[in-house]
Amino acid sequence: MRSLPVSARFYVSIVILAAAAVMVFGSYDGIDPGTLIVIALLFVSAESIGTLVDKGRTGISPSSAASLAAIVLCGPVGAAVVGFASCLVLRRQSLVKRLFNGAQFALAGYAAGQVFVLLGGEVGVPGQEAFPWIVLPFTVAVLLHAIVNSVLIGTLMWCLGVVRFQRGRRFRWRPLATLELSSAGYGMLGLFIAAIWADAGAFAIVLVLLPLFIARWAFDQCVAEQRAHEATLATLCQAVETKDYYTRGHCMRVSKAAGMIAQELGMHAERVQTIRYGGMLHDVGKLGVPTKVLQKSGRLTEEEFAAIQLHPMRGYEIVREIGFLDDALAAIMHHHERMDGRGYPMGLAGEEIPEAARVVSVADVFDCLTSTRSYRKAWTIEAAVDELRRCVGTQFDGRMVEALVRAIDRDGWTPPEAVEPPEDDAAQVARQDHDDPSVPLRVAGEVGE
Amino acid sequence: MTERKPPRSARRRGRLRRRVGPNRLLLLTLAAGSAAAALLWTAFTGFVEPDAALAFGVIIGLGELARITLPGQREIAPVASAGAIGYAFLLRTGGAEVHHSAGQVIAVVAIGLALGELPHIVVGRTPRWGDFARRLFIVVLVAVVFRLLVTRFVPMSGDWWLMLSAMAILVVLACAADSAIAAVLRAERLRTRFTVAFNDELRAQGPIGVAIGASGVLIALATSAMGLAGLLIFTAPLLVTQVAFRRFAEVRLTYLQTVRSLSRVTEVGGYVETGHSRRVNRLAQAVGAELGMREAELLELEYAALMHDIGQLSLRDPIPGGATVLAPPREQRRIAELGSAVIRETGVLDAVAELVRRQCEPFGGDGDDGPPPLGSRIIKVANAFDDLVGESKDRDRFEAVVQRLRMDTDHEYDPTVVDALTRVLRHPATRW
Repeated sequence: MRSLPVSARFYVSIVILAAAAVMVFGSYDGIDPGTLIVIALLFVSAESIGTLVDKGRTGISPSSAASLAAIVLCGPVGAAVVGFASCLVLRRQSLVKRLFNGAQFALAGYAAGQVFVLLGGEVGVPGQEAFPWIVLPFTVAVLLHAIVNSVLIGTLMWCLGVVRFQRGRRFRWRPLATLELSSAGYGMLGLFIAAIWADAGAFAIVLVLLPLFIARWAFDQCVAEQRAHEATLATLCQAVETKDYYTRGHCMRVSKAAGMIAQELGMHAERVQTIRYGGMLHDVGKLGVPTKVLQKSGRLTEEEFAAIQLHPMRGYEIVREIGFLDDALAAIMHHHERMDGRGYPMGLAGEEIPEAARVVSVADVFDCLTSTRSYRKAWTIEAAVDELRRCVGTQFDGRMVEALVRAIDRDGWTPPEAVEPPEDDAAQVARQDHDDPSVPLRVAGEVGE
Repeated sequence: MTERKPPRSARRRGRLRRRVGPNRLLLLTLAAGSAAAALLWTAFTGFVEPDAALAFGVIIGLGELARITLPGQREIAPVASAGAIGYAFLLRTGGAEVHHSAGQVIAVVAIGLALGELPHIVVGRTPRWGDFARRLFIVVLVAVVFRLLVTRFVPMSGDWWLMLSAMAILVVLACAADSAIAAVLRAERLRTRFTVAFNDELRAQGPIGVAIGASGVLIALATSAMGLAGLLIFTAPLLVTQVAFRRFAEVRLTYLQTVRSLSRVTEVGGYVETGHSRRVNRLAQAVGAELGMREAELLELEYAALMHDIGQLSLRDPIPGGATVLAPPREQRRIAELGSAVIRETGVLDAVAELVRRQCEPFGGDGDDGPPPLGSRIIKVANAFDDLVGESKDRDRFEAVVQRLRMDTDHEYDPTVVDALTRVLRHPATRW
């Protein structure tokens, strides 16, 4: 408590006192003490299990269904008591935090209960005749419960200076809306728990919460598996890159830049993720190009150039069986197409080139320019951006370039550190880079490129 | 090309024969028989409370339509199963008693499942018939036991606790029976031990089974108290569970596809023969199952077998022909170490990295660490076998290569693994 700023201390005290006042002066008429205790116990144990299962992931807790059932069964004051019981939850937390959390839930429960009664909801086990009209006051109560909770927490965060009101960045309402909707859904279950309370009693809560907790456990497994998958994917991509000392980390940086562009263009999260994968895997087919060709310093013969031009197709062949990659496949296959149609492998032009490929193409060249190569130093970010802008229309889509510039202006970009290749590995250093527009590949028999 | 054809069709015949193992056949017959008997019985004795039957039938059909496949090719339909259990346990709807017989439960469930499966079949996604039959058969067991025994001996009036406990116990028993049947089928399919398969099934289906059972009881209860609306409302929590499991299965599948695809970079790079990693993996899986490895271990073995040559990426020049078995031992060790280092880099596949690191040690071990893990010994044998056989499908060649491996079993190759390999190759019922 001492470490808190004055405003926060003041605020926390007010909330706790208000909750205490509600519980002390409220009327307990008509509340069955047995029901109240059972619900409070179930709520606390469900919350405890929830925190044990949840490994640091912020998520909604299905146990709110239990606390909302209290609104119907025990009325506003009962709901406040059940809410306050959450300060008994088994978790490591300081006393102040516990009290504040309990008080916050108590106030939210009390407010929701008052609204429920005000709109004509009857306290007690709802009979058959109460449906469907009881749904209306209960829905309002669930919404109010969520609102009061968010406001109380939000104000505390504001007092602590954790949250500031940011301008300039678009507000991401989708995740928040999903969160609120699902917690409202869990909340609605509270009404139905109340409805079967007469028959099943506490058993009802257990039966409802069991599948939900198992679901949460499965979601956690899912997140862990997803992380493992991403780690493995990244590692394998980097393993492919060990062929050339200078391009180390290229795939991860292209992935990052492509993700920044996609996000800046306002694509939704899943597509951004797919484009990131596309960026990560875009050069996987380089493995099918003989090392000799990649590392050759002089002019390439027609055949060698053809071998290099084949790498997007090779990459596509390697990863096409991975199910989730739809968009990324297009990006891998077409990341060397040019807007004027002079690229490879298919010579697509303009809008014919898949959007994802246009994103990855810009990210690819940007990273190539801003990193060191054996035959030149790294370009500065400004010079690289100028070069990208110069090629808009011929090689790149202007929208992608500008999106990259905006994203870099806002979030910054760390170019890779200059690498010194080890002495003994001198043979493993490429003398040219197929991505590099400043030094195009030279093919025997062609004048310029 | 022409000489390869006969063995391939022979393999296909082998696969067909495997499809209808005796236990599977028994289950299919039992399920189909009880469905037919129940339909006849209901047709003759009459159909009661059609509205409840219709509501539950629709939920069961929709649940079957939304069936999902868990990792390990386990097909389940949580909502359909929960609806079926709920219908079996149903005693009242909104206060009014219902009187349907076990026969009617089975008939409604069978029709619901069949109708829900129909669209899948029309678009060519035939179900795994074993799993489909299992879904039906479990309901047959639950319905018969509950409606014939429990309703007769447990008093229905007054306190619900006795009835609820009976339902809970029955659900747990049904879960166990379900896992046992699944394990019998799995053991038959993979030629592994029943106890191993049973544990695998419990681990894979236990959690969702509990969720299904709880929802089934809940649906029965809620429908008693609130009428048929309760059926709809209390399917929702299970739906969340189903979404979670489906998502998990997708991620797991993607992970596997990623490793499978990227393990092929060694082939594209010309380091190993085309299809080498996959063949080694298939063989290693069969041998691992034969030796009674758990499902989790088999998954690790799969990752390790697919990526066992990934260390070759760090070589400047490919080994001629890609056959590591012909490379000098020191070089083999180096490839294994490099590959293991790459895999360890992921931070999540340490066990796999260990399998890859020790894949070329002799079976007694050659360092202070003792003998290498079983997975490494299996990969060693499978890799040597595939390097020596290549793409040939000639049975005599198989025999000759196994003989050669057997000659080295006093030091290099683990004799139990080579024996298991012999059994796997001899048996037409395996995936090889």
